[in-house]
Amino acid sequence: MKGIKLKKYHAPKYDEPLIMEIGVDGRRGIMVPQVDKEIDDTVGTLEDLIPAKSQRKKAPALPEIDQYHTLMHFLRLSQMTLGMETGIDIGEGTCTMKYSPKVNEELVRSPQMAEVHPLQPEKTLQGILEIAYELRNYLKAISGMDEFCFQTGGGAHATYINACITRKYFQERGELGTRNEVITTQFTHPCNAATPSTAGFRVIILPHKNGYPDLDALKSVVSERTAAIHMTNPEDTGLYNPVVDEFTKAVHDAGGLCFYDQANANGIMSVARAREAGFDACHFNLHKTFSSPHGCEGPAAGAYGCTEALAAYLPVPVVTKLSDAYHLDFDRPKSIGKVRSFYGNLPAVLRAYAWIRSMGPKGIKTTAEISILNNQYLEHLLSQIDGISYPYAEGKPRFEQIRYSMAKLKEETGLGSHEIQNRIVDFGIQSYWLSHHPYVVPEPFTPEPCETYSKEDIEYWATAIEQACKEARETPEIIESAPHNQAIHQIKDFSQAEDADRWAITWRAYKKKTKK
Amino acid sequence: MKKKIGLIVNPVAGMGGRVGLKGSDGKKIHKMALALGAVPVSPKRTCEALNVLSGIQTKIELFTYPAEMGQDEAVLCGLSPNVIGSIQKGKTTPGDTIKAARDLEKTGVDLLVFTGGDGTARNIYDAVSDRLTVIGIPGGVKIHSGVYAANPVKAARLIIDFVTSPSKIALQTAEVMDIDEEMVRQDKVSAKLYGYMKIPYERGLNQSSKAGSNPKDEMFQDEIALDVIHNMDPKVIYLVSAGTTTKAIMDKLKLEGTLLGIDAVKNKQLISADLNESAILQLLAREPETPFNIITTVIGRQGYIFGRGNQQISPAVIRRVGKENVIVIATINKILSLNQEPFLVDTGDPELDKELEGYIRVTTGFGKQHIYNVSS
Ligand SMILES: Cc1ncc(COP(=O)(O)O)c(C=O)c1O
Repeated sequence: MKGIKLKKYHAPKYDEPLIMEIGVDGRRGIMVPQVDKEIDDTVGTLEDLIPAKSQRKKAPALPEIDQYHTLMHFLRLSQMTLGMETGIDIGEGTCTMKYSPKVNEELVRSPQMAEVHPLQPEKTLQGILEIAYELRNYLKAISGMDEFCFQTGGGAHATYINACITRKYFQERGELGTRNEVITTQFTHPCNAATPSTAGFRVIILPHKNGYPDLDALKSVVSERTAAIHMTNPEDTGLYNPVVDEFTKAVHDAGGLCFYDQANANGIMSVARAREAGFDACHFNLHKTFSSPHGCEGPAAGAYGCTEALAAYLPVPVVTKLSDAYHLDFDRPKSIGKVRSFYGNLPAVLRAYAWIRSMGPKGIKTTAEISILNNQYLEHLLSQIDGISYPYAEGKPRFEQIRYSMAKLKEETGLGSHEIQNRIVDFGIQSYWLSHHPYVVPEPFTPEPCETYSKEDIEYWATAIEQACKEARETPEIIESAPHNQAIHQIKDFSQAEDADRWAITWRAYKKKTKK
Repeated sequence: MKKKIGLIVNPVAGMGGRVGLKGSDGKKIHKMALALGAVPVSPKRTCEALNVLSGIQTKIELFTYPAEMGQDEAVLCGLSPNVIGSIQKGKTTPGDTIKAARDLEKTGVDLLVFTGGDGTARNIYDAVSDRLTVIGIPGGVKIHSGVYAANPVKAARLIIDFVTSPSKIALQTAEVMDIDEEMVRQDKVSAKLYGYMKIPYERGLNQSSKAGSNPKDEMFQDEIALDVIHNMDPKVIYLVSAGTTTKAIMDKLKLEGTLLGIDAVKNKQLISADLNESAILQLLAREPETPFNIITTVIGRQGYIFGRGNQQISPAVIRRVGKENVIVIATINKILSLNQEPFLVDTGDPELDKELEGYIRVTTGFGKQHIYNVSS
């Protein structure tokens, strides 16, 4: 791209040990104050409070380390991995890696929020309950649903809750014996297949026709066995299913329920609503669209909404309002029960509330529009790069993301999306993400240039891709051995990562495996 | 250490097609093809692949047969092969392909590359069975065998990865299909599943955590087998068709099933193995009250579920069992390799083929089905 100069970048690299290796006996971070005698006398000792069976015999083998060195350790790791807000994070499509305003962090760290204790009596929690209740109202307006709950810890969790609610709903009606199938589509996020499976359903995956989910295939498969459909829209491809209402109708006609995974709502909020498309339930990822950072399995929250007909099954507690006071309603006999400790992730609720208040209805619509516009600008730039294309539905616009393909580049150079991925991190931007499995689109990559990113950011990102594709043709050895400026280089021998005797995902497993 | 690559070109493969002869095996047909002005396709195809290989020249040791069976193509593309064996120039036969494969096996090649069609694949299989890792460069007229890459360049890319980044590569079994060309020319297709060989495929390894590496095909076969077994009804007799995906069911049940034949299973016991059509019909006649299921999978690179490699399951058998009692299983990789083309049926009974058309459920994992289209 003309006029864009790629940055000279080099990642900091520390030969950082694991935190389990840097403890020193006797070091500690915090001195916990002694309990006042009066409290001790009233509630008893810890040993009295915890049932004997649950008391551990040996202290846990945690690293003994002070605050300063703990912080240093994790800051180094975050530098090595290009932590948030240090690069242009357009590459991680379906993740909505947008900027979360820092003023909302101040709110979350204010004593009114940070010092709230989940076991406080309800009447002392009125402020945060009011915020949760108001957020419920805003999300109702955005989705058209009748009730919301903020219990779930993420998007996949919310999808799972829908599967549990579906199960309970049909159990109550005595139909669970026959209604044991949940339908989803090829380009819907795979948690929509995985979670019903975990909940005991058989899962049916619809093919696509020219990129769109195949309505005729759906019609061929709905029956008295259909419990629900779980789908996204727009899908991973960025294509919006224009006959989504016919999908919900076909499932309703067969007696099933319709769930809309709106984890990726950034391009659609205030444009179209789940209710009008015929859905019975939906969820939003507060940690993407609504100002909580996404990633690192971070402080996530799935906001799950449903129609009146399903509200009775929501997990407890649900925040309610009765004669000017807010309540945590646990008394819901048909509820699927508790799905998470206490009240869900309240800091995420607070950030979402603050963000919606600061944006207002117009601002939210503008967010969606800019995220789509940004995507179309990126499309305009990437389409000029030889070797990159995107399949299906030619001429039909995409929403907030696109699944591109480097199949042509691969065919012509032998280097594809995996290899280019290794290279672009040399330009000081985050790695991009390819695709969910299976790779229906060959040599895939899926950028999502949210409203956060400026015109220059988008141009920079496209230039990085352009440069890497150029190198694939002219100096392939640079791509083959990339990354060059990163803290971590290519894993040369992948078999290591697949040999169960050689890898460990816990310290305990590591110790066990390195001993022998 | 340099990787040893073997190369065999069937110089006459691909001649019949352009002149409408549906294959070029057999002396008479070959002569007819030449008389009709046919030009060999496979040398050109071979060069399309070898040209891409020039970049890894220093990392491989190429072994091949003389003249048009590999040497000419390799030299034309600037490679310097070690030439073994001998042939009669211009008069090569399937026997030469077989001899070449045996000789190359003896030199200890790590990968055997061959250009040709189904007949060539069959000759290679006759010579070395499934002992070698192979990859086919498609040069033949009609290719049903799964051992061929989609095109010469893709074959070359696999060879490069096999040599330079072996950890990107996994092995997969693929079909060797044998067509009776005499029947083809009478417009009757009768393709037999001849066996399986090991081919490399690119696994799509990924270091990022949001989507890790693609599981190997065997894992999906395993999951599918678990699903089928989990749903088995002890009253039903299952006719388990040919293929590695169906064989995984037999393996999981610890039954001595056949890879290429049709086996009958009831109550998780083998009641008979390797049934031909009349044996199946007899079994059906003996058990008029027993419900039957057919378990079939995709055979060959064109996506046939009936009519290629499992002709023992004839129209009469399918009609008696009932199309609603057909269980189709396939790994997702197999489905994706069809590039959106539908599954095919060619039972020999056009009316039945029409009835089998439309959307079907394909078991692709435990508790998981994909919907896919069938066409005839
Ligand atoms: C469409 C869609 N659904 C669900 C999820 C899962 O959300 P979470 O990561 O919060 O579990 C994602 C996340 O990437 C998503 O993109």
